[in-house]
Amino acid sequence: MLHIKCPHCGIRSQNEFSYGGDATIKRPELGKEISDQDWDNFVYNRKSLRGKHWELWQHLSGCRQWIKVQRDTATHEIFKTLKANEEIS
Amino acid sequence: MTQSFRLERGGLINRDKKISFKFNGKNYFGYEGDTLASALIANGVHLIGRSFKYHRPRGFFGAGVDEPYAIVQLYRNGETEPNIKATEQELFEGLEAKSVNCWPSVNFDVGAINNFLKIFLPAGFYYKTFMWPKSFWYKIYEPFIRKAAGLGTASIKHDKERYEHKYEYCDLLITGSGPSGLASAYSAAKNGAKVILAEDKSRFGGTLLTSDVNIGNQSGKEWADSIISELEEMSNVTIKNRSQVFGYYDHNMLVMSERISDHLPKTKKYHPKQRLWYIRAKEVLISSGSIERPIVFGNNDTPGVMLSSAAKEYMKVYGVLVGKKPLVFTNNDSGYETAIEFKKNGVDPIILDTRKEPQSEIIEEAKNMNINIKNSYVVVAAQGYKKVKSADIAKISDDKEELGSVENIKCDCICVSGFWTPTIHLASQSGNKTKFNEEIDAFVPGVSKQNEKTLGAANGIYTLEETLKDSFEKGNRISKEITNNDNKVSFPNVVEKKSTVHDKFWCVPLPKGKNYKRFLDFQNDVAVSDIEIALKEGYRSIEHVKRYTTLGMATDQGKTSNLNGLQLVSKIENKVVPAVGHTTFRPPYSPVSIGAIVGREVGKHSKPTRKSPMHSWHEKNNAVFVDAGVWLRPRYYKRSDENLFEASKREAKNVRTNVGVCDVTTLGKIDIKGPDAAELLNRVYTNAWLKLPVGKARYGVMLREDGIVMDDGTTTRISENHYHMTTTTAQAANVLSHLEYYLQLVWPELNVNVVSTTEQWAGAAIAGPKSREVLKKLFPNSDVTNEGLPFMGYMEGDLFGVKAKIFRISFSGELAYEVNVESDYGYFMWEKIIEVGEEFGIQPYGTEALSTLRIEMGHVAGSELDGRTIPYDNSLEGLISKKKDFIGKRSLSRKAFAAEDRQKIVGVVPLDKKTSIPEGSHLVKDSNAPLPNPKLGYISASCWSVEHDNPFSLAILKDGKNMIGEKLFVMSPLKNKVIPVEIVSSHYVDPKGERVRS
Repeated sequence: MLHIKCPHCGIRSQNEFSYGGDATIKRPELGKEISDQDWDNFVYNRKSLRGKHWELWQHLSGCRQWIKVQRDTATHEIFKTLKANEEIS
Repeated sequence: MTQSFRLERGGLINRDKKISFKFNGKNYFGYEGDTLASALIANGVHLIGRSFKYHRPRGFFGAGVDEPYAIVQLYRNGETEPNIKATEQELFEGLEAKSVNCWPSVNFDVGAINNFLKIFLPAGFYYKTFMWPKSFWYKIYEPFIRKAAGLGTASIKHDKERYEHKYEYCDLLITGSGPSGLASAYSAAKNGAKVILAEDKSRFGGTLLTSDVNIGNQSGKEWADSIISELEEMSNVTIKNRSQVFGYYDHNMLVMSERISDHLPKTKKYHPKQRLWYIRAKEVLISSGSIERPIVFGNNDTPGVMLSSAAKEYMKVYGVLVGKKPLVFTNNDSGYETAIEFKKNGVDPIILDTRKEPQSEIIEEAKNMNINIKNSYVVVAAQGYKKVKSADIAKISDDKEELGSVENIKCDCICVSGFWTPTIHLASQSGNKTKFNEEIDAFVPGVSKQNEKTLGAANGIYTLEETLKDSFEKGNRISKEITNNDNKVSFPNVVEKKSTVHDKFWCVPLPKGKNYKRFLDFQNDVAVSDIEIALKEGYRSIEHVKRYTTLGMATDQGKTSNLNGLQLVSKIENKVVPAVGHTTFRPPYSPVSIGAIVGREVGKHSKPTRKSPMHSWHEKNNAVFVDAGVWLRPRYYKRSDENLFEASKREAKNVRTNVGVCDVTTLGKIDIKGPDAAELLNRVYTNAWLKLPVGKARYGVMLREDGIVMDDGTTTRISENHYHMTTTTAQAANVLSHLEYYLQLVWPELNVNVVSTTEQWAGAAIAGPKSREVLKKLFPNSDVTNEGLPFMGYMEGDLFGVKAKIFRISFSGELAYEVNVESDYGYFMWEKIIEVGEEFGIQPYGTEALSTLRIEMGHVAGSELDGRTIPYDNSLEGLISKKKDFIGKRSLSRKAFAAEDRQKIVGVVPLDKKTSIPEGSHLVKDSNAPLPNPKLGYISASCWSVEHDNPFSLAILKDGKNMIGEKLFVMSPLKNKVIPVEIVSSHYVDPKGERVRS
């Protein structure tokens, strides 16, 4: 079970969190023209990376904040966690 | 009854306390402190089971967790449990055990014919043979194999025992209480670190209990006892025996199974049977020791052949002789220690040492005791069927290839030692890439992956002095980094006998003209010849060889067989062992009962039960409940001997003709506040929200980004910047997370807060033509006329002194209201509604009537919004705003979603107006068409229309828009039904929606 450092609450067990997918995907702006291809990429197409990966988790049974977690998908090592409003650098 | 194999004295058992038990129906006795294995051996019982494939007789091979043979079915306090190792099961009064994998009995086993057919049962036999004809599998092969194989029978009864889970944190978790575990725990504890010391067995001390050493002028056992008693006094130390740390997971999470009551005749009151510990450790010290490995020779599975360390343990811990004419077959000095112990107990052993001229202190001692030692000698084969009667032995050449002339000597047991294999399972599970140590011919942990260090024999360190030094030092250093204390422990004086190098010999060649089975894996009957076949057939990777031959599989996971298997593969392949590599070590290290894994999450504890504040009223009024997610909701209110169908029809009809009341507390409620609340709703819902006036409700549909309907419900504008959203019962939590996602990550500029208020409000839907009359009585001071509170209107009211929210919304399609009060007043509200409604014929209605009402109205619910439908499919396309963008809108223009003949919701009525249509049935054009019959759609929900008094269903049908009036067939192969039906509008009652506005 992973140990995830919530930027608001501190280190908590994985079972307090729910997974939210790739954190680098940006939702297209509302009302803006977008090609089928770009929309498909936003909705469906995800890379299944091996290695470092920025992903979203929600601290569901805690502060309910969505956070960004940099995790190695092969080793589960967690390098960094950010608040929702902090930019991935 | 005398115990012919029990020594006069010695051992750590309590000879004052006799314990009686039963094995295969026969009565025996043992002593307190015995295991089932030691007690059986004391009674001269060596035949305990039959092997998995050939049904060859099986005895005891080890004395603990490494045991591959002695697996029994246990009976305890009216319960039965399979897969119990006799070597681990402690004896208790009244214990009963039976052999497994034998039929009809362990002494006469029909399956043993496999032993004579073994030429037909080579590696991969099951894969090769039972593949064809395919039709034979279910009826002939599988039942036969199931009867013949298996390691016991699982109970099908409800398990009355209690199992617990516990979460724990510590600075150091130390796995094993041998010399390295004790030393490291002691020095870490002295530094004030929070330590958990786990021991798999009932006794602490590990090899200190059986080895002839001296630490600080005490015997090994005395030293262990003194350390343990000192640790027990320290508040920062938790010591657990009968506790196996079986898994090392991510981020230093380890799981330990504590067997609290398995050694007792009956679990004590308020005690669990077992407890599973989830331990998050800052540092882990693996002190799991090592397991002796066998030398491979002919018929080496015969009962009476066992590990030499096990023979020593039976003598030293249990005061039991495994034989009276022992043969010790060894390639290292450990065998000598066992032989010396035999001699001390008045039994004359013979040592066969594969080495030519070994010299060491231990060997010297054996010689001085006049033990018969034969150098360069090997056991070629064991003789005897149900027990070793003699051994064929021979001299072996220096290159270990040629055998001399074979002679036969009498013996009743063969104690074998092929050197020691470090128990590296936990280290490997942590991600540590193991490395091969040439000196000890085994794998040891390499670079630490997580915060783990391996100590002592588990790390390939086999001398006591070095082990203790290293462990004291590591325990001190690691704890010092955590606690900043540095309390040095003085190192005790250690006396142990020096040993010399082992011989890398591991497998005895076959003598000319003999074809003995030489087993590598004792639990799975994998012999040398099986591996040879697998490699001849082209299997190369050790992982493939394992799966093809079953080497190292099953409950012992190859604890005694892995390395010899690797040796063989590397020999045939002409590689070195590290190049072959080992198979992956996976948790659990040894079997864990399913009960312990499940813990308290059984029955009602498997999920929470949510009840509305009106629950007790429903109970008192004969409600029959149904699970709605985690909620319990009344399905119907039973009157006299009504069944579900009759009751729900009555309740629904009463709503259509008079008035009914339904508990709708379970609906999800989300409070939305902030200046941008309307903007949020406008982006989340498909329809327009910016112009909704205060005091008005609106129905909304929300989509996922892929265009699929996520949820629906009404949202009411309570005040300028305050909205009250309702969701379906099932989606309440998901919708909240969905809103939080967009507010926190996508549109953080929106100034809105959302919070779940599902539990804060109790809700009652009052529906039916007379519902307004009920409202007038409930709220005499409010104007609830059609003008004062029009359809989709909202007002606050005073319900006999309780503040209430009144929404004029309808799911039933009738004139209807939903009244919400704070949860604590829910019961009061409900009673008042029933009380004032009595004169109008009010009846409570449950979910079944609720479904009937919504189905015949064509209102969609979870069975239509099933994660596969878009708004159009549910005839909700009128709610899609053309003017604004919203979540998922872009997806709706995808080709398939815009197709002309896209599926759409329709109504379905059987032509005979009698036959009920099973939900989930398929709609087809021609019921006699050849299979696969093209499916046009499916029935999503069915009811008995109370308005029309005939069955009615909703269906999602291809090109549903143009299918109204068509005649089709409903087919349900599961219910064996074919029903001719007509397709009608999904709005079967009041299609213009006049009633809700009346």
